Amino acid sequence: MLYSPVPMHIPDNFLSIAVSLICWVITIITLGIAISRTNKSLGERQVPLMGVMAAFIFAAQMINFPVLGGTSGHLLGGVLAAITLGPWAGMLVMTAVIAVQGLLFQDGGLVVMGANILNMGILTCAVGYGLYRSVLGSNRALKLTVIGVAAWLSVMAGALSTALQIWLSGNAEVQIVVPAMLFVHAFIGLGEALITVAAVLFIMRTRPDLIGERSESAQGGKGWILTGVLITLTVVLLSPFASANPDGLNRVATDLGFIQTAKSASGPLAGYTVPFLASVSASKIVAGAIGVIVVLAIVFITGRSLQSKRGLDAPAKTNRTTQPNPKS
Amino acid sequence: MHSDAFDRYHHHDSALHRLDPRIKVVVVIAFILSNALLPDGAWTAFGLAWLFLFLANALSDLGLGYTFKRSFIALPFALVAVTVLFSIPGKPLSQFHFMMWEFTVTDAGLLRFVSIVIRSWLSVQAAILLVAVTRFPDLIHAFEHLRVPAILTTIIAFLYRYLFVLMDEVMRLLRARQSRSAAATGQRSGGGVLWRARVSGHMAGQLFLRSYERSDRIYNAMLARGYVGQLLTLNPHELHGRDWAYAAVAFLFILAMQFVGRF
Repeated sequence: MLYSPVPMHIPDNFLSIAVSLICWVITIITLGIAISRTNKSLGERQVPLMGVMAAFIFAAQMINFPVLGGTSGHLLGGVLAAITLGPWAGMLVMTAVIAVQGLLFQDGGLVVMGANILNMGILTCAVGYGLYRSVLGSNRALKLTVIGVAAWLSVMAGALSTALQIWLSGNAEVQIVVPAMLFVHAFIGLGEALITVAAVLFIMRTRPDLIGERSESAQGGKGWILTGVLITLTVVLLSPFASANPDGLNRVATDLGFIQTAKSASGPLAGYTVPFLASVSASKIVAGAIGVIVVLAIVFITGRSLQSKRGLDAPAKTNRTTQPNPKS
Repeated sequence: MHSDAFDRYHHHDSALHRLDPRIKVVVVIAFILSNALLPDGAWTAFGLAWLFLFLANALSDLGLGYTFKRSFIALPFALVAVTVLFSIPGKPLSQFHFMMWEFTVTDAGLLRFVSIVIRSWLSVQAAILLVAVTRFPDLIHAFEHLRVPAILTTIIAFLYRYLFVLMDEVMRLLRARQSRSAAATGQRSGGGVLWRARVSGHMAGQLFLRSYERSDRIYNAMLARGYVGQLLTLNPHELHGRDWAYAAVAFLFILAMQFVGRF
């Protein structure tokens, strides 16, 4: 009906058992921490809240808007969940959403669910909340800008990690799967960023108490900032490396025992860029990613310095860059 | 919206429907793992796996092709694996030109691609059958027995319970947007992409507030009915000899599949 699957839900058997297991271990450890933290900080009344919020994310994914040629933008929700509920509760909520999508709709497999939760739940919440946490206490325009960038980055981080997992399983070539996933998700991420910013702005205007400085969601520690910046850096640094130097990555994977078949650089795909979208080269996507980070850094630094001087023109300056274009 | 709009459960009284949900979950996961462990091109073992699904379909009373009909959902993802056709070194089978590149399909690549698609196709059918013969609350209960933390299963139970309610909410929002987006024939309705995105974002924010306030009411109503922090079920879920027998047969079948596939 309205349910539109996102090309990030990995079905069963597209990942090798080793990769699935590693992802499960990371996911289980993170969720274990998330459960103990939420149990400590939230009372039993938060359980129905998280349950209904999980249903909200699921339902909100069906709100779409037409973009171009029959495609539509819509929400994935990781960043929105992390900002409104806090990072740990957001991860649990996203886990529930992904679990139901996999169990009930077969949108994503069961054995690979650990990887799906990691890509779409944990990474999105961590990068979203980390960047949001870094601008907590600053003005609204800067907050919204960073939320938009974080939403775009969360989709890119999920796409990158999905691509890397498939490649580590030996089921795709790194120089194809990484740029292809990043290219497609650069646009999906744009829709995510626009909707997330508008939704957060709406909540800020109508119920500022839910999302303000004193709300429960704002209680995450400073460590989140580091996590967010680390994921951002990984996405920015690894994307060009994976596209420009696939042999290096292949060698690492072979050394670690993930890929058995020897692959030669002069194979039939040497010099290949992006399949299906032949005219766009990987370097453009990479340039776009770096461009967004530069924009983020500039906005962040100007915002901070203007804020310390209590400059009145800060919102006007930051408004212009509210929606960074990944092709800039 | 009716509560069964999303439900994949098919009401029936078959051997598989009566089977303990824990056994069903464990067998399905074992089946998917077994598919992953089968080497490329183990055609006899893949055939046995199809037979396994066929027998399970027969036991479920849903019709022999039930899972097959609905199994195409995972196939678009096979596009991701298409590149192995050309990338694995092997004997070239055929060459073709596409734009400026020359592609060579190798036998090893073809073998791997077909194996990946078959494996994932088999696995998705097992998962489809699982939710068709198990009530979702029973499924959640089974996961609770399998040591999934209670807070997660409770969130999932709530998600399942209120998804229909919030979907109704989304439908109302979408209908309201549509009824306000009239346009003369030949003219586009609405503004630019940014404007449309903002409207969608406001709808998401609106939905958030409605959900948030609803969760408050839900919690109060639950307290009034004696909620103590966990959900209870009337289905006892006891394992009987029949359940163990089914589990033993299923595991022997899966072991046989592995044996045939590897030797």
